[in-house]
Amino acid sequence: MELIFKKIAQLSASLVFVILAATTIVLYLSAKPAIEEFGLKFLIEPRWGVQEKVEPPAIAEQSDLKQLEKSADIQTDDDFIKDEEDFMMDDEDDFIFDDDMESDSNRNKTIYGALVPIVGTVFSTLIAMLFSIPLAIGIAVFLSEIAPSALAKPVGVAIELLASIPSIIYGMWGLFYFGPFIASLFGGNTVSLLVAGLVLGIMVIPFMAALSRDAIATVPDMLKESAYAMGATKLEVIKDVVFPYAKTGIIGSIILSFGRALGETMAVAFVIGGVYQFAEKVTDPTNSIPVVLANSFAESSGLSLSVLFYLALILFVLSFGVIAIAKFYFLRRK
Amino acid sequence: MRLILNRIFLIFSTFAALVGLFFLGWILFTLCVKGLSGLSLDVFTKDLINGGLRNVIVGQMMMSGVATMIGIPVGILAGIYLQEYGGNSKTTEFIRDLSDVMMSAPSIVVGTFVYAIVVVPTGHTTGWAGVLALFILMVPIIVRTTDDMLKLVPIELREAGIAIGASKYHVTMNIVVRYAKAGILTGILLAFARVVGETAPLIYTSGSSEFWSTDLTDTFPSLTVSIYNLATMPDDNLVQLGWTGAFLLTAMVLIINLLGRYSGKKKRS
Amino acid sequence: MKNMMEVKGLTFTYSGANEASLVDVTLPVEKNKVTALIGPSGCGKSTLLRGMNRIHDLYPGHTYEGVINLLNTDGKSYTNILDIKKEAELIRLRQRVGMIFQKPTPFPMTIFENIAYGLRLSGIKNKADLKDIVEQSLRDAALWNEAKDRLDHDARGLSGGQQQRLCIARAIALKPEVILFDEPTSALDPISTLAIEEMISVLREKYSICIVTHNMQQAARISDFTGFMYLGEMIEYDQTDTIFMKPSKKQTEDYISGRFG
Ligand SMILES: Nc1ncnc2c1ncn2[C@@H]1O[C@H](COP(=O)(O)OP(=O)(O)OP(=O)(O)O)[C@@H](O)[C@H]1O
Ligand SMILES: [Mg+2]
Repeated sequence: MELIFKKIAQLSASLVFVILAATTIVLYLSAKPAIEEFGLKFLIEPRWGVQEKVEPPAIAEQSDLKQLEKSADIQTDDDFIKDEEDFMMDDEDDFIFDDDMESDSNRNKTIYGALVPIVGTVFSTLIAMLFSIPLAIGIAVFLSEIAPSALAKPVGVAIELLASIPSIIYGMWGLFYFGPFIASLFGGNTVSLLVAGLVLGIMVIPFMAALSRDAIATVPDMLKESAYAMGATKLEVIKDVVFPYAKTGIIGSIILSFGRALGETMAVAFVIGGVYQFAEKVTDPTNSIPVVLANSFAESSGLSLSVLFYLALILFVLSFGVIAIAKFYFLRRK
Repeated sequence: MRLILNRIFLIFSTFAALVGLFFLGWILFTLCVKGLSGLSLDVFTKDLINGGLRNVIVGQMMMSGVATMIGIPVGILAGIYLQEYGGNSKTTEFIRDLSDVMMSAPSIVVGTFVYAIVVVPTGHTTGWAGVLALFILMVPIIVRTTDDMLKLVPIELREAGIAIGASKYHVTMNIVVRYAKAGILTGILLAFARVVGETAPLIYTSGSSEFWSTDLTDTFPSLTVSIYNLATMPDDNLVQLGWTGAFLLTAMVLIINLLGRYSGKKKRS
Repeated sequence: MKNMMEVKGLTFTYSGANEASLVDVTLPVEKNKVTALIGPSGCGKSTLLRGMNRIHDLYPGHTYEGVINLLNTDGKSYTNILDIKKEAELIRLRQRVGMIFQKPTPFPMTIFENIAYGLRLSGIKNKADLKDIVEQSLRDAALWNEAKDRLDHDARGLSGGQQQRLCIARAIALKPEVILFDEPTSALDPISTLAIEEMISVLREKYSICIVTHNMQQAARISDFTGFMYLGEMIEYDQTDTIFMKPSKKQTEDYISGRFG
């Protein structure tokens, strides 16, 4: 009994690890065709789902100058030849090749690249951070140092509750209210990189504020009082005692929020536009990795599906890294 | 000068707080106005196909509920293992760290994972796939709250239990877990509140259906996925239904959260 | 004028509390003397001390009645510090009446900065001046020898006793007129306690000191005057010898002989 119980408990505990490992492996295996097809160039390739005419290798030899210029392309060609063999053996899901197989002279390949969604993800998250950090820290300071406790308690609880509101709500509000509002202020589209970043920012505010407030709350009253006892003003106490003391906690909460925002889907899906285009202005629509994932599974198969798993893997690694840094470097459990 | 700076700073930070709260208030306000205006009995008695939300609300609750039912034993057992049996070994710490990170991992990636292992092989979306995705999301949360709550149990209590000759198993289940019950319950409620509002991991796992269904082996109605679909419809009535759904979803999540807080507080004091 | 501070008929109520935590308390703090406050836990010693530099006012809603006089720099007249309304004057007051807390409170900065911090706040910016005062304060707090080679280290790396002496150095760097100690040694080991007691008896030459302590021997060793408080009231105030040898009140005698508390 005793032993069985312990074993079952142990099994449950290892499940966490199993899930994580399985996620990594499954994503990797599913992404493998795409990884082999595009390699790391996937990360810097801006095109998505674009048909490209494949030139026979002979063309590359036409001029030396051209060859130099296109040395990178030749490498793709080589890759391509190798991959071609792989795919010949693959099942019929690979519709691209079903088409291409027919005429050797007019062979196309579909190019997929993650650069647009990567840039979109990073920039929307950065905008979110620029917007939310001052406001969230402002709220945290207000709650812990300025507001009388009769106000700080209920507002603090409200903030924590707001942090639990499903992100789809933020997205929907962004689509119908905030997007048009921003468009009327700055012009441009009602869905855009800017709107996505701001909605994302508003979404993480309660989360970041609650965490930062908790970090600030760890500063002992006595420490603050001894600064006041030397004639410091509130600003000086906050700047010189509270922030330095709670520094790692506050930075940790910022990075954790950053990690969350990176992988956030629903708050962004409504308002970023979902087009494979760089946003030349912040008021242009673009795309982000989670949104691509949320919108594209239904119509994908074969290579185009594998590409989505490649994207998911990138997102997973990226946010896992950021969150791990926040948790282990800044918010280490005592 | 110092005092002026101080004044400016105080005003700024109060202002920042007001701006932040303003947006959040704006969201809640819209939600209430739009959501309440579409609220009627039909919403609860008709299915999506007939302009109500009955099937999707039930579907959402069912998937989250089943995920919780499976998640509770697994999560609690894992938490117990970490705190009571794991000691401070490297592996225990490692599992703790992993759970910590997984708590914040993007939910869409979990959806992708489940899509790959369930939906691709079976060829279609199923309620079980949705359940699995939600289960994966909630286990780390339950593990970590259980772990934390058990940590608060005084060591003397365990020693006293052992001292009267109870086995480790009995001490754990009858003394330690009972002592930490309120906290664990709070954790479960918060985990439930978290997954019940999830959309991203369900879109391609459970999908959503307009019809009444309790058959988890088929595409399953989901409130959140339906809200996502409804909100982008060209039909104003459907958008309105989406808002109503959003309102109900938020109300549900907030109430469960409050319940969780309340149950935790009552017992502790 | 031999009194540096005079608390007269002070009644203090915490915000939201039903009863006053201090009732009609009177206490003189004589110039260049050490005044000790003793009494059982919860009797209001800290509350009284924290009124004397109005650190209570960080949290809104508390009420004072009565008078707390502080000798003006002219040495002749008094100002009632409870009349102070302006923030700038409160800041000035706290620089004149320093405070040391129960636990060491090093700021999250270097040792040097910990001391220079308050000096900068009070307007001293000149590098050379800062250095001189930091050194002098550390010497006065008997910490110079231990700290002189690590002035640029984080102050939190010091031992508890050293940290407490750093806090004292930090307070005396501001050249206060009064220093309030709230159980300054209760978190320290006997050796550090002794070091701080010795320091206090030296500091008396320059400053007027008021110290709360739970340690009766400590009060007897270092103080000139002692006030015994009980349930928010000042039961008895007299020369330390008198309080410990022949107290006039029964309650005082009971407490000192350890019959309650
Ligand atoms: N912030 C506060 N709000 C309300 N009441 C308080 C507050 N702080 C202290 N009190 C009350 O005031 C009374 C005096 O407390 P105080 O801290 O001055 O006692 P003390 O003599 O310093 O005790 P100790 O020796 O334990 O430090 C106590 O009854 C306490 O409960
Ligand atoms: Mg006290």
